[in-house]
Amino acid sequence: MDTSARACELLARWVIERVPAEAAGWFRDQLAAVRAASDPKPLYLALGWAPRRLGKADLRLAAAELAEAAALRPGFDPVDWSVDQAARIALVLASHDGDPQRFKDRLETLFRTADIGETIAFYRGLPLYPAQELLLARAREGARSGMRPVFEAVAHRNPYPMERFDENAWNHLVLKALFIGTTLDPIQGLDARANPRLARMLCDYAHERWAAGRPVSPELWRCVGPHADEAALADLARVLETGSGEERKAAALALSSCPRPEAKALLATVPELAGPIERGEIRWAAFAQG
Amino acid sequence: MYLDSHTHMISRTTDDYERMAAAGIVACIEPAFWLGQPRTSVGTYIDYLSMICGFERFRAGQFGIRHYCTIGLNSKEANNEELAEAVMEILPRFALKEGAVAIGEIGYDEQTELEDRYFRRQLELAKELQLPVMIHTPHRDKKKGTLRSMDVIREHGLDPSWVVIDHNNEETVEAVLERGFWAAFSIYPFTKMGNERMVEIVRRYGAERIFCDSACDWGISDPLAVPKTAELMRRAGIPEAQIRKVTYENPLEAYGKSGQIKEEDWLNPPPVDQRLLYMGNSILRGGQEPRIESRRPGLGEDLRIA
Repeated sequence: MDTSARACELLARWVIERVPAEAAGWFRDQLAAVRAASDPKPLYLALGWAPRRLGKADLRLAAAELAEAAALRPGFDPVDWSVDQAARIALVLASHDGDPQRFKDRLETLFRTADIGETIAFYRGLPLYPAQELLLARAREGARSGMRPVFEAVAHRNPYPMERFDENAWNHLVLKALFIGTTLDPIQGLDARANPRLARMLCDYAHERWAAGRPVSPELWRCVGPHADEAALADLARVLETGSGEERKAAALALSSCPRPEAKALLATVPELAGPIERGEIRWAAFAQG
Repeated sequence: MYLDSHTHMISRTTDDYERMAAAGIVACIEPAFWLGQPRTSVGTYIDYLSMICGFERFRAGQFGIRHYCTIGLNSKEANNEELAEAVMEILPRFALKEGAVAIGEIGYDEQTELEDRYFRRQLELAKELQLPVMIHTPHRDKKKGTLRSMDVIREHGLDPSWVVIDHNNEETVEAVLERGFWAAFSIYPFTKMGNERMVEIVRRYGAERIFCDSACDWGISDPLAVPKTAELMRRAGIPEAQIRKVTYENPLEAYGKSGQIKEEDWLNPPPVDQRLLYMGNSILRGGQEPRIESRRPGLGEDLRIA
């Protein structure tokens, strides 16, 4: 059985274990109807009814279940999924008849007429769908969304962008996250995919914010540190000098990830931050905003 | 706490949302209608329907207002047969979206044969999907159009307690109440109801099965019509319990039959909605009912809408 079929089973099991028997029976029937159907109508109806019949409670997965998820598909992290989201994704997966192009076309049709709850669920399902390579344009569309929860459905706790986005798409994902005021920490691959062009874009963005008198997220410096050039080091020096307590911590942490000797020297000027960083007491996760 | 059961928020600004929230509006319903000019293809109709159950729902949530919609083919565009047939095809897909509380607004505009055909087909759809119906009564030849709408609804066997007849006035209200339908009044300057007249309606007929809305859209209209009317009723000595029915409880009961709009949605929303869809700095966070102040800030001195 392939990953998407096993993901369908796993999601269905989580849903069935969490809803009353009657709702579970309804859900089993829908999965069977979707699998057996030659047209998409049963899928449309089941997707519409899912939150009404199954509710929208949080899944609240146990540690063992989250481990099962990660073992099934590296990066699959449903820690904040709800019952209706899991059910909808299971239904979409159940509609897969083995033809990847047909699956992709069906998914596109669903996106085009999706309400906001469906849109979020469908994007969250990205890492589980068959034919991952066919879904890039759709994933990029989600990462362009101005609706924060839709953007986050692609960007947060989702391995798809890290695996599939080219450098330009990746850089815009990170920049967009800052632009719409969401946090960077749940973006998978944030450190691994840092690159010089992104560092440059982020420094320019920081300057724009400074010019406007607007705050700069301390998280911004996380993707600057490893690829900081001379100008970026000057920006970090400025933050160390004039920033708030949180900003100074972030700047120091960024410097600690920079291989350049000037960065080491700069960090040495703030021993009150360098020490705790050395001991692992200041970490990026602490800067994540709700 | 107010519920405005008829708002075309896609043509309103963020200022409107802020003022509505400040005035105590906790939820609004966006009926599918035309856009001031007719659409020319089903594609734009699909985008419109997904907008009112997508981005607009999200946008409202950012201001602490929960947003619902109704799904339907309006009477004006029903006169374009090619478009109407294509829209009928896609309506079942949208009618079960989350927060879709009725089939509507449907009914008559010029009472043409095509309007009649698609009105009837949508009544059958509402029956099939067990959804309430929101009826747009025509602005011209109103009395006859209203009576005819109710006759057709009865002919199709719908329970009148599942049907809201909207845009009523003094000339139509009695017939609507007698037949057991909900009677809604759009407080809309120049063409529909004024709110001093609305106070008199409540004084005369009471608050059973009567409610008011703003029908605010792209024309000269007032998104604060419901709170202003409530305040006007208060000043006129209408009992608080009646005001609450007319501006909150009645529309909630009527459209609540869909199962898609509940008081808990704003008083105690599911955690997933609080994380994703309901992000305004709502005074309702944490399940507390707001104080209803005798005079809310922002309503202005002159509460009249004529």
